[in-house]
Amino acid sequence: MAKKDKKVAVVAAAPPLAPTKATKSLLAEFSQSISTSYKMYQKDLSENQKLRLIDAFLAFLVALGVLQFIFCVLVGNFPFNAFLGGFCSTVGQFVLTVSLRLQTLDVKGEIFGSITPERALGDYILASLMLHFVLFHFIN
Amino acid sequence: MFVSYQDNGQVVISAGKLRAIKLILTIGIFVSISFAAVSSRLFSVIRFESIIHEFDPWFNFRATKYLVNNSYYDFLNWFDDKTWYPLGRVTGGTLYPGLMVTSSVIHGMLKACGLPIDIRNICVLLAPAFSSLTALAMFLLTMEVTNSSEAIVSRKTKLSSAFLSAIFMGITPGYISRSVAGSYDNEAIAITILMVTFYLWVKSVKLGSVFYSALTSVFYFYMVSAWGGYVFITNLIPLHVFVLLLMGRFDYKIYTSYTTWYILGTLMSMQIPFVGFLPIRSNDHMSSLGVFGLLQLVLLANYFKYTLSPEKYSRLMILFGVLVTALGVAALFTATKLGLIAPWTGRFYSLWDTSYAKIHIPIIASVSEHQPTPWSAFFFDLNFLIWLFPVGVWFCFQELTNEAIFIIIYSVLASYFAGVMVRLMLTLAPVVCVCGAITVGKLFDNYLTFKEFLSEQADESEKPSESKAKSTKTNWVNFISKALVSVSFIFYLFFYVYHCTWVTSNAYSSPSVVLASRNPDGSQLLIDDYREAYYWLRMNTAEDAKVMSWWDYGYQIGGMADRTTFVDNNTWNNTHIATVGKAMSVDERKAEVIMRRLGVDYILVIFGGLIGYSGDDINKFLWMVRISEGIWPEEVNERTYFTDRGEYRVDDGATDAMKNSLMYKLSFYRFGDVFGTNDAMDRVRNQRLSSSYARSIHLDTVEEVFTSENWIVRLYKLKPEDNLGRDLITVGENERKAAGKKSKRLSSKKPNLDVRV
Repeated sequence: MAKKDKKVAVVAAAPPLAPTKATKSLLAEFSQSISTSYKMYQKDLSENQKLRLIDAFLAFLVALGVLQFIFCVLVGNFPFNAFLGGFCSTVGQFVLTVSLRLQTLDVKGEIFGSITPERALGDYILASLMLHFVLFHFIN
Repeated sequence: MFVSYQDNGQVVISAGKLRAIKLILTIGIFVSISFAAVSSRLFSVIRFESIIHEFDPWFNFRATKYLVNNSYYDFLNWFDDKTWYPLGRVTGGTLYPGLMVTSSVIHGMLKACGLPIDIRNICVLLAPAFSSLTALAMFLLTMEVTNSSEAIVSRKTKLSSAFLSAIFMGITPGYISRSVAGSYDNEAIAITILMVTFYLWVKSVKLGSVFYSALTSVFYFYMVSAWGGYVFITNLIPLHVFVLLLMGRFDYKIYTSYTTWYILGTLMSMQIPFVGFLPIRSNDHMSSLGVFGLLQLVLLANYFKYTLSPEKYSRLMILFGVLVTALGVAALFTATKLGLIAPWTGRFYSLWDTSYAKIHIPIIASVSEHQPTPWSAFFFDLNFLIWLFPVGVWFCFQELTNEAIFIIIYSVLASYFAGVMVRLMLTLAPVVCVCGAITVGKLFDNYLTFKEFLSEQADESEKPSESKAKSTKTNWVNFISKALVSVSFIFYLFFYVYHCTWVTSNAYSSPSVVLASRNPDGSQLLIDDYREAYYWLRMNTAEDAKVMSWWDYGYQIGGMADRTTFVDNNTWNNTHIATVGKAMSVDERKAEVIMRRLGVDYILVIFGGLIGYSGDDINKFLWMVRISEGIWPEEVNERTYFTDRGEYRVDDGATDAMKNSLMYKLSFYRFGDVFGTNDAMDRVRNQRLSSSYARSIHLDTVEEVFTSENWIVRLYKLKPEDNLGRDLITVGENERKAAGKKSKRLSSKKPNLDVRV
């Protein structure tokens, strides 16, 4: 979720147009809508223990990924395999965890009919193992 | 035994028994489909023998033998110094190892079972074996496509549609052309994997299951390891997702399945040495990365959608969308400019502009399978399916499920590509089979049911008599129309089988290493010149002898004669090929310099003029000229090989450039001798060389060492340099002059001798 907030911040700061009345009101509207979403998200978070756990992990992964990227830009990407492996592991784990989040939150089975949360966790573990096996091979 | 009759005449079968019957039937049908698929591919083995076909398979076969005899790591690090002399080729890093690994694993497994089968037989029979698996994958894919929607095919006929698609795929010539026994090429297993990947993908989108998309990525990895055509999947799946997004079909299932597939599949594909960092570097792969990023944004947007009012949401999204698109396009451009992403490759351009290759890259254009497809080929390869295909696509439009959209996109893309290149007919064939099967299934659903007539006849006795006459009349019309349609389609099905068998046996079962011909009395005559010559090379030349030939024969020389070659079908180094092309197209004096520099020992040319074999080097000669002209435009000029009237002549009227070129001389040297005092006749080009002219073709720097039975393969040896340091051509000219005087004297004596005898 941290990643999402960051992107929105970029959007809100982006329009470089002259600060006419229209754009100002647009900006205000955006910041308002974002704050509503954010509040709603906070509410969700406080209600659900699982969600907090998963989102903390996601935030950690994003931080790790960003850190690696900055390191790569500053120091250089010499063992390119290693950088790519490290970076991909965060991205890969991120999307897998988001998938898990989507699947576990869908308790009623409205979207993922046949996939129970237990099944989702099993799939998640399998896919993560595959991911890290490949990465282990990739890093050399 | 299975059935019991009730008093009112109804037949009752218990559910358990019914299921058992169904299972037996299903298995039986599958066994027979596999049997049909495999046996129709065995024509070549029965007619000829268990032999590897054509050109590329010979390399695959050689690589497989290397893998079986050495370890896997040796295979990956294999540096092949027997090809591309003197450069060599990093073979382990420049091939798709999937095919070789598959057959060596099968070889190992059979050996472990106590069945030590020769690796050659495994290679020959690999393609037929995989074709039956393809039929199974097609069955599953069609089931998956038709499963969710009643509109496409009703429940009743779902199963028969799936079976039909399996058998269509099993015997369609479009697929058989690349998978007959002996055609040991990457496509032989790639099509199977392609279909399995698509099946798993469709399934994972339907369920949103991480498990299935992880499985998809495993098969995607297998596909990447097996065939360069994996790029088709890399672009088709993102396109499918993208279209779904545009249609407003986004849901979490798409997110989970696509992102899992992408991240796992991409990482796995980078394990193949030949692919390496391509997935993050080349433009061909950027669409999948872009869709991956887009999905993250869409997921975020989706979250906003739940929290915000629709009006605010749409305005936020518009700004958001514009910004992201601008950023994305800018990033792509700068990255391409900065060289972070490789620019598009020539093969890619030739997909969009069919004349691109002809102008810019003659080496791609010179391959016959890269030519645009003629119209007749569609009917030839797919028979009646080609006109059922649009109908099937139309049925997919009836209910646009995610799977149906996949089939539609696949069919649009594949039909375009199949129109551009002959070889891509292979990727079109599966989707045509699915659509054709859906159509036939639907048709039989409506027309091949005669249940109502049977039941109505039973009811008729109870009906009042005045409506009876009318109803029987309409009944009859109904019955006849149904019967007509059913019978004609059954005839078409029958004809399809007949056509496929005919095409397979006549067009696609020739190994092209051994040629078949007919004697005047109708019996079969096998022309085995290639193997004769390659065997001669293997037995009579030094082990490190270097053989120069046009690149088409590089793999065969490596595989059958086991001698070093200069260029082969890998075509990775255009300049090297152009050098060989130049040596063939310039005169003997210049050619000698090039050949000495390259280190040539033997020269191999294919000549079909004597028996009328049209795939010979003189017919390919213009490509050699064109390719070398691309590098040395001032020394080689295509125009000079045509006469003033623009004819391509090889007889007395040929141009000087033609007559002096090494290739021409190598082909026609001593050709006149065969015909005695008659004019020599080139049977391929239907031109007549006058006897005196044919006899005057001479060679000074090379000597003929071998010519096969039907003159198809001619081998020459480059003479060693003269001991006295003289120029070989001057020596030859002097000798000819002296011989000319001698023969005059001889010929004046000859009549006397004849008189005495």
